[in-house]
Amino acid sequence: MFAVAAVGILVSMTLALARAFLGPTVYDRILAANTFGTKTVVLLAAIGFLTGRPDWIDLSLIYALINFIGTIAALKLFEFGTLAHTRGRDRE
Amino acid sequence: METAIDVTLLALLGLTGIALLRVYNLVTAAMLLAIYSLLCASLFTTLDAVDVAFTEAAVGAGVSTVLLLGTLALVGREEKRPLKRQALPLIMVVVTGAALVYGIADIPPFGAPDNPAQQHVAPVYLQESEAATGIPNVVTSVLTSYRGYDTLGEVTVIFTAAVGVLLLLATGRGRGRGPDDG
Repeated sequence: MFAVAAVGILVSMTLALARAFLGPTVYDRILAANTFGTKTVVLLAAIGFLTGRPDWIDLSLIYALINFIGTIAALKLFEFGTLAHTRGRDRE
Repeated sequence: METAIDVTLLALLGLTGIALLRVYNLVTAAMLLAIYSLLCASLFTTLDAVDVAFTEAAVGAGVSTVLLLGTLALVGREEKRPLKRQALPLIMVVVTGAALVYGIADIPPFGAPDNPAQQHVAPVYLQESEAATGIPNVVTSVLTSYRGYDTLGEVTVIFTAAVGVLLLLATGRGRGRGPDDG
């Protein structure tokens, strides 16, 4: 069962990668990178159960936290044009 | 099954590397680099190098992406296209790659119990590290106890690098902005 899940996740990883290659807009690629991170989290959990090491699920949970940072930074760059800019600072 | 997963991940890694060479939009390149790091981290995890994988994911997919995007905010988002394709760099890369592949033939098989790495000091660490240091994870005990000063030096290097990068990125537009300039 976990083997089937791993194959399915690998296929969806390939599809996300194809979206990152083809674009066409940069938002597609940001979303593809975020999706790919999520797939990595699930893949690691699946491989962990597949090979009898269920403690990998803690690892994959931490990957889920890391995965968010890049996406937020990219979206902030497009929203404000710089990573140093925040709305809160302007109101001071 | 594990071999099939490794082969698929390696194939995706190669495809990502080729795609990275062919994009000229730098935000796209940053996103592809994040994907590349996640693939590397997955491969390291399947090789049971969990700590290396975690560092790769935290540094490669997390911090590096933010630093790259912070740099792109200062230097622009498009790379200039080369005027002509040059043959010499390609030849050098192919020759170096062939030499490395040739060198792989001399590496002992992965995970074999009679490897030199498994026979020198590893048995001592495996048998005595928990009693000597009180840490159940052998990798952690080597990193933080047996090689404690080494790790302290690494942390100092990383801290210095982080301070340098932050100083570089903090200059320019973001600095000295008054309340009316925003």
